[in-house]
Order: sequence, then C-alpha cells, then structure tokens
Amino acid sequence: MGRTVKLTVNGQEVSREVEPRLLLVHFIREDLNLTGTHIGCDTTSCGACTINMDGKAVKSCTIFAVQADGRSIETIEGMAQNGLHPLQEGFWEKHGLQCGYCTPGMIMCANAFLKENPQPTEEEIRWAISGNLCRCTGYVKIVEAIQYAANKIQAQAAQPSETKEVVA
Amino acid sequence: MIPGKFEYFAPSSVKEAIGLLDRYGEDAKILAGGQSLIPAMRFRLAQPEILVDINRIEGLDYIRELDDYLAIGAMTREASLEKSALISQRYPLLADTAKVIADPLVRNMATVGGNLAHADPANDHPATMLAYDATLVAEGPDGDTIIGIDDFFLGLFETSLAKDQILKEIRLPKPGPGSGGAYLKIERKVGDYAVVGVAIQLTVENGTVTAARIGLTNVAGAPMRAKNAEAALIGNAPTGDILEKAGQAAAAECEPWSDLRGSEEYKRDMVRIVTKRAIRKAVERVGA
Ligand SMILES: Cc1cc2nc3c(=O)[nH]c(=O)nc-3n(C[C@H](O)[C@H](O)[C@H](O)COP(=O)(O)OP(=O)(O)OC[C@H]3O[C@@H](n4cnc5c(N)ncnc54)[C@H](O)[C@@H]3O)c2cc1C
Repeated sequence: MGRTVKLTVNGQEVSREVEPRLLLVHFIREDLNLTGTHIGCDTTSCGACTINMDGKAVKSCTIFAVQADGRSIETIEGMAQNGLHPLQEGFWEKHGLQCGYCTPGMIMCANAFLKENPQPTEEEIRWAISGNLCRCTGYVKIVEAIQYAANKIQAQAAQPSETKEVVA
Repeated sequence: MIPGKFEYFAPSSVKEAIGLLDRYGEDAKILAGGQSLIPAMRFRLAQPEILVDINRIEGLDYIRELDDYLAIGAMTREASLEKSALISQRYPLLADTAKVIADPLVRNMATVGGNLAHADPANDHPATMLAYDATLVAEGPDGDTIIGIDDFFLGLFETSLAKDQILKEIRLPKPGPGSGGAYLKIERKVGDYAVVGVAIQLTVENGTVTAARIGLTNVAGAPMRAKNAEAALIGNAPTGDILEKAGQAAAAECEPWSDLRGSEEYKRDMVRIVTKRAIRKAVERVGA
C-alpha cells in the first residue's frame, strides 16, 4: 500500500514510496539518512525532531510523511551553506549546547522564528523556543546563541558582500 | 511508537471528504492538524483504518469579520489566531486562549476546528467558545447544519457531529458595547494542559453586569459552563463580594478529580481564584 511522495528536502527534489503510517521523522532519518533530526520523546513534547516545513517550524514526529507530499522541508543538514549558518556559529560561539541532543531542533525552531522576527527581544526568543526542551543548559546560553545569530544576520543584510546575489 | 496501518486519502474538496466519510463510516477519521490524533495513534489509543486528510482542501483557513459575526475557518491554525491583529484587538478572550494552547511548534499545525471536534475537556477552546456563545457550521451529505455551542459537547471526546459531518466554520458574536473577556489558565509548565482554566465573556452597562458566560477547562468529564457563577454575576455590580460569590459558585459546580495536576480540593480552590481573576480582567477590558 505504498504511496509516492515528492517533496523538496534542503533544496533537492526527492521522491520515495512510503507507507501512509510512516512518520515524517522516520522518513527523514531512515529513508533519507538525514540523522541530524532527532527523536527525543514519544509524546510530541520535546521538539528534538523540529524541522521547517514550508518555512514553519513543526514537530516532524507528529506529521505523516504522506502529508509532506509537494511541500518543501528543511532540516539541520541544509543549514550550513558557505560555512556555518549564523545560528550554528552562534551555538558554537556562545556555547549554546552541552550534550547537543536538542540542538538541531533548537536551531530549526530559531531559523523559522528569526525569519518572522529578525530582531527579537530576549522574552520573544524564550517564547519562541518554549516547545523545545533542553535538559542541560538552563537555556541562558541558547538564548544568547540566538541573539548572536540575529545580530549577525542583521549585520550581513546591512553590509552587502561579494557573495551576496543582487536580486532585481 | 508507530501507529497502526491505515489507508490514506487527501481529498481536495469538502464534498469529496464527506463522500469518503459516508462510505467508510466508523472506520474513518478526519485528520486536521494531527496534534491530538497522531499522538493518540502512536499510543494505539486510536486505530482508524481510514484517514481523511482535510489539509488539502482550500478555503477552510480564514479569519473574517462580517456584519454580524466573526467567521473562523475550521482549519485555521492556532498560530494564525495568535498573530491576528483583529483578534488581539477585538477578541481578547480568544487571543488569550490561542497563546496558551500547547507550544509554538504545535500551534503551527493545530487547528481551532480540531481543538473543538476533539472535545477533550483539557483543551482550551471549548471553554472559550462556550463563553463566547459560538455557533458552529458543519457540513454533511445533507448540506450545512448550524449547531449552537451549548448543544455541541456531549461528553468526553464526544460531540453532536455525525460521523460524516465536517466542522467548517466557527462564528463568534461581534463584541457589543460594554463587552469584555478574558481567559486565564494555570499550567504546570509552558505548553501543558490546564490544571484549571476559566474563560469569561461579559457585558457591563452602567456599572452592572448584564450578560456573562463562563466556561471551565479540565475540571469536569466534558467541557462545561459555570452557570451558577454566571447567575451570581448577572444583575450585579462586579464588586469584590460578588466576584467571591461567583468564584465559590464555580468551585462548587465543577467536577474535578485528583490526578498529577493536583487534588480535587486544590483544583476547586483554583477554580474559585481563577474565576475571580478572570472576571476582574474581563471587567478591566470593558473600559479599554
Ligand atoms: C504537546 C501537546 C500539548 C498540547 N497542549 C494543549 C493545550 O494546552 N491546550 C489545548 O487546547 N490543546 C493542546 N494540545 C492539543 C492540540 O491543540 C490539538 O492540536 C487539538 O486538540 C486538535 O487539533 P488538530 O487540528 O491537531 O486536530 P487532529 O488531531 O487532526 O484531530 C482531532 C480530532 O478531531 C477530529 N477533527 C479534526 N478536525 C475536524 C473537523 N474539521 N471536523 C470534524 N472533525 C474534526 C479528528 O477526526 C480527530 O478525532 C496539545 C497537543 C500537544 C501535542
């Protein structure tokens, strides 16, 4: 009873036959071998499996792969382009992780959030990541990492570099 | 955990979806945001043989203020309610509610229609829609049916929707002069279901409460109205004494049980206190 799904994953088209009950997180990890997206709980509570689907941060453990047909998803593997993404750099610079298990979910959540709200306050950041659990850091360093990324993205936008494409 | 096997349909119109529900009857379930249904399927608490995914149907996701009422499409996500300027300006009770449902990731998927159709007394929208005196529009093989919210919740996970009916729209009366509302919820942590929640919508004219509806979250086997508390308010000025009376009435008429979120006694007392606070907040908003 397979169904063919076609979707864009980190900018690349993929097409696979899947069983309807296959959860998107299992599709990402097992069919696509993108194991950066983690599974932390069985209750839609922890956010370790957070990805972006059509630009929105969602829990990939609570979506069937068939629902992603025709959609565009982004996982942690799609973040680093020419070097680390500012969010990845922020987590590195600000020590936004200890064990690192929640980090891909945190980054994907923050990625969608910063696109909607590029200059957030600390409170807004805390609100945005309230569905992502971290049991190591106490969140302070994670918030700083996201602030770092927000500032860096702003600075990059303000300062045109050679690599930046000009869109007419 | 992996859900049981099912056959999946993604119809592109309400009519097509109703046809599927009609054909498969008890074996079929609607999939909306999936944020209650998929967790239940993973625990095998739900094992539908057929899933009718209504996410591909266009035109069920909107927030529109018309002449007589606010119309909300059943597939409107919680995140859209939370971010709507219209709702935060004119429907503060609904704005309060959307902000405290689950967490931002769940709210990107979860729908207001699914929240009501699920009829979980732990969900927050039922109390809010009871307080608003909302009207629901459902479509079935025989066309549209209009359902008053007081007739909608029949019990735990049970509504008056037939198996082949789809909830399409939620209508809220437009706020009249002197109206105000608020939702207050006690939760153990961000994103958790309520220990207790109180929704109130009221009208104050010349210092007297002339209309009030109160809904309670997670303190009975089904979503409920606190009618004795409403009666304690109506016809009176919202003084401290009257608020205490309303709070005590709500505490007496709810039916909480002891569990991980607290003892029955604790929950009753929280209903008393949160009812008072919610009324006070709603009254403050009348002026605003
Ligand atoms: C971690 C977590 C925390 C949560 N915390 C809260 C909370 O604090 N407060 C709260 O209110 N909710 C909470 N929820 C529940 C969440 O809001 C659900 O999304 C909501 O209860 C159901 O909406 P849905 O769109 O996801 O529906 P689904 O899960 O898709 O469906 C739920 C049920 O409703 C039926 N249904 C759905 N849409 C329709 C329709 N249009 N017509 C007829 N039947 C329909 C389905 O067949 C199913 O039986 C939480 C969920 C999670 C995972």
